[in-house]
Order: sequence, then C-alpha cells, then structure tokens
Amino acid sequence: MNHAIWAEGLVKRFGETTALNGVDLAVRTGTVLGLLGPNGAGKTTAVRVLATLLRPDAGHARVGGYDVVRNAHQVRQLIGLTGQYAAVDEALTGAENLLLIGRLLGTPRSAAKQRAHELLDRFGLTDAAGRAAKTYSGGMRRRLDLAASLVGRPQMLYLDEPTTGLDPRSRLDLWSLVRSLVADGVTVLLTTQYLEEADELADEIAVIDDGRVIATGTPDELKAKTGARSLAVRPANQADVPTVISVVRELAGVAPEVNGQLVTAPVTDPALLPAVVRRLDNAGVVITELTLRNASLNEVFLSLTGHPAQETAQTEETEGALA
Amino acid sequence: MSTATAPAPASAAPELAPRVSPAEGIRQTMTLAWRTLLQIRHNPWELVDFSFQPIIFVLLFTYVFGGAIFPSTDEYLTFALPGLVVMNMFFVTMYVGTGLNTDLTKGVFDRLRSLPLARWAPLAGRIIADLVKQAWSIVLLLGIGVVLGFRFGTSIVEVLAAAALVLVFALAFSWISVLVGVLAKDPEKVQLFGMTALFPVTFVSNALVPTNTMPGWLQAFVSVNPVTLVADACRGLMVGGPVAGPVLGSLLWAAVIVGIFAPLSLRALKRRV
Repeated sequence: MNHAIWAEGLVKRFGETTALNGVDLAVRTGTVLGLLGPNGAGKTTAVRVLATLLRPDAGHARVGGYDVVRNAHQVRQLIGLTGQYAAVDEALTGAENLLLIGRLLGTPRSAAKQRAHELLDRFGLTDAAGRAAKTYSGGMRRRLDLAASLVGRPQMLYLDEPTTGLDPRSRLDLWSLVRSLVADGVTVLLTTQYLEEADELADEIAVIDDGRVIATGTPDELKAKTGARSLAVRPANQADVPTVISVVRELAGVAPEVNGQLVTAPVTDPALLPAVVRRLDNAGVVITELTLRNASLNEVFLSLTGHPAQETAQTEETEGALA
Repeated sequence: MSTATAPAPASAAPELAPRVSPAEGIRQTMTLAWRTLLQIRHNPWELVDFSFQPIIFVLLFTYVFGGAIFPSTDEYLTFALPGLVVMNMFFVTMYVGTGLNTDLTKGVFDRLRSLPLARWAPLAGRIIADLVKQAWSIVLLLGIGVVLGFRFGTSIVEVLAAAALVLVFALAFSWISVLVGVLAKDPEKVQLFGMTALFPVTFVSNALVPTNTMPGWLQAFVSVNPVTLVADACRGLMVGGPVAGPVLGSLLWAAVIVGIFAPLSLRALKRRV
C-alpha cells in the first residue's frame, strides 16, 4: 500500500504538556484522512510536525517518502498548508498574495500572475482580486488561504480545521472545493472537530484524543467498530413510558436514556428488535416509533473517549502557538 | 495501523532539491522585501508615519527650540540635523519588529516556513526592506535640511560615508527590534516599546542638545550612549570635526548589539514558532 503521509510514534511536548503522545498515522496516496478530535487533542501539533514547522521529540514521519526532519526542504516542496487562522498578508490584495507565493517558489512573474488569476477564478475571488485581503469576509479569506497553499500545486495538502468559524454556506463551498482537489489526485490530511465534516469528506478517519490516536477506520467501520447501534422506542401514551423503560432495560442490559417519551439505549444484538416488539405487544403498549440505527459519529466519539466531541468547540486551539 | 510501512521515495518522481542555493535565497529575500514595500502602497499612512514625523521634528526643533539652544536657528540646524538623522533611524528600525510580529500573529510566518525557502529569507527580507525605508528617510531629512539652510561642510564621499554608517548601525539595531517583535504579544506592544524605550534613550544624547549644558552625572551617560556616538560621527562626516573616534565607537556598539541580540532573537524566534 502506498502512503503519501506516514507517521509513527510521534511525540511532542511543550514544557509540562504532552501534545502528542505516540501518534501513528498513514494516509494512502490520493485519499483524505480526517483527523478528528476535540480542541487540545493534538491535531494542530500533528499537522505542524508533518508540515516541518515543529520537530518531534520522538518518532518519525515521512511525506512523499521524505523524512520531515532530515529532508524538510524536500517535504516543503511537496506540501501545501492551510492553517486554522487564514494566513494571508492582509495589507496585500488577493492577487498580490498569490503572486507573492508564486514568486517565492521561483515562478517567473508572468507565469506566477497567470497562476494567481487561475486560482482566483477557481475560488470565486476574481471580483475581489484587486482588493486588500483585510476587506475580505471570513469565507473569502479562507478561500484565499486555501488558494495560497495551492499555488505550488502540492501533492499533499494539510487542512487544519478549514471550516472552523465559517457560516454553513461557506462551509459547503469549501467542502466542494476540497472534493474537487481530491478529484485532481491531491492527498489530503484534514483536521476537524466536526464529525459531520469528517463523515462528508474523509475516506478514513483517525480519532485523536489526548495526543493519541484511539481509533482508525472508514466512517462506517468506526460506527460498526464501537458495536453501537441505537434502539429508540416511543410509546403512544405517556403512562406506558415506565413499562417501556423496564422492558428495554431488561433486554438491552443497560439503563436506557429517557427524553420526553423517547426511550433510547445502545444495543449490540440485532435480534433484540423482535424481542422488544413481542414483549411490548404482550404488555399492550402501543408504539408510535421504533428504530434501530447505526450510531452517529458523535456517539462513536463519546463511546471511544468518554466525553462528547464538541465539549470545548468554542475555545480556540492554542497548542503549539506559544505566544 | 502501526503495521503500515514507510514508502521509499518514489523513484519515478524527479529528484527534489535537498537545499536552497544562496542565489535562490537572495532572490527569495528580495521578493519578500518587495512584499514589505508593497504594503506601503496599500497603507499610505505608514509612508506618512515615517516621512512626516521626521519633517515635523526638524521644523519643531529648529524653529521652536533651536533659537533657545544656539545663537541662531541656522547654527542650530547645522548642529542638530545629523542628530535628527540618527534619532530617526532608531525609530524606523521599529518597523522590522512590528512587521515581524504581524506575520507571527497572523500566521503568515508559518506559511513562509512551510514553503521551500531559505530559512533566513523571511527575516532578511524584512531587514532589507527596512534599509530601503532608512535610506529614504535619510535622503528626506537631508533634503529638508538643505531647503531650510543646512550646508554640508565636507565632501560628497564623506556624506555618503555618514549615510552608510547610519545604515550599518540600523542593521545592527534591527536585531533589538526583531527581539521585541518576537517577544511582543501584538504589533501595538512593539510600537509601545518603541515609544517608551527609544524616546528617553535617543533624547538623552547629544543628538539635539550639546552635552556640556547637562549636569555631570548625565554627561557620563550621554557620552557613552550609542546615539551620541553615531550622531557625533555623522556631524564629523557631514559638517566637519573629529571622525575616527566616534566612528570607531559606533562600530563597536554595532558589533556589541549584534553579538548580544542576534543570538537572543534567533533563539526567541525558534522558541516562538
């Protein structure tokens, strides 16, 4: 199997804090790996190590076959990085920002200009090309930032929380841009704290918590891996709720969660469904809703880490940026 | 997943360059300097900042204080213009720190570091751009001085040597600005430092007032202040008078500043990013 990005046992400490505690990652060429985890899990630190911005304290990583520490300069020729904070020069126009990167990469002026306009066009920024980036909206800045990371036609692209703080519309726009890049053959490492985003974009997901990868697999595999399917029963009469609770508790072997009239419990045995129907029918309980569905990634995350994914979604991830 | 093996470098792909050639690095530095100067085009206030402040200083000191310090404003201008050139140089070096700090806080510095550039290019680009601003300020100050009646007492070669000395000192002093830029939380803090630290240091010198009017304890400080030494060297080279001593003293100061602050700055930068 051909891995464009590969890491083993990455460790990174900042003083007392261990940001990465033995991270293993492998991204197959041409696919999207979603690195999913809450704030402070180590996502940004992992990306910074793989982007040659940080030296790991232990472990090693290869990008395109090049070691990120010993062959950092080669790695930099292969990658594009779009950080959580749109890293554009706000004083320059959109076109100048892209021209700057092209010129830095050694592209002749006219070719760099052409590439800049090509990207501005693709990212819907042609009308704003001559305006200073500080006048751009959040979504436009992200798009410009992404465009900037694509000037050198990278083979591997790191997207560090590309849609954090964006409105739903801009998020959908960015998702379709990412899909079109993958269609071009770019390998993508995407960090996100949005389960939906990983589900939408990633071929594989690595769940990271406390500096460790605690689970990997396709979104479906992950949902199946935790075994978890969710049984939901809603009786027609409020008075039947206690009966439903006792039946579900007995069959599922765990105390169900009650939300109004909806009784839910995680179950592993699919044969449970007919048994529940029989028992409730015998008890004369009329049911308006009865479902057995795959767990959402949110539930997967909860069962893997013991805490919800978006607990601290509003606080900024500051690891690695010691300012 | 730890069973996955690392792929060997793809043999079909063209071999990637293992490092940046010095010529490439210089080209990248020039591109980054161009970028810094391009910012001025979009933020004309910066131009106003480093063009009008020196003009105001020349007018203010010559016509408000000059007559009180010297018998005539013309004589004062002859004394003070070289000092004003030097004073202004110190303030202009602060742009290196504010610019660097903006890049660090906005993530631009990370972007630059993720590109295949010479490691020293981002810093060098800033400093080169600063030298262009410095050169512009020197020309502007001398121009305005001549219009107001300043007369050079030396040859063009000596005047150019004075300008070169100011630029060399600016280059050295930029390292302090770099350190402040790296340590400060935001660009405003860098400017605050410029105001609170540079004002007393530049004023407690003989840039604007002759040392012999000050109390003895202050004279001791003023006579070793690098601002005094560079100002004296510029006076010698532009108007006439002793040159060797002050020039030597200035260069010594420059060397000491680089020796202390270049390593400190680079270490702080490494720690921050």
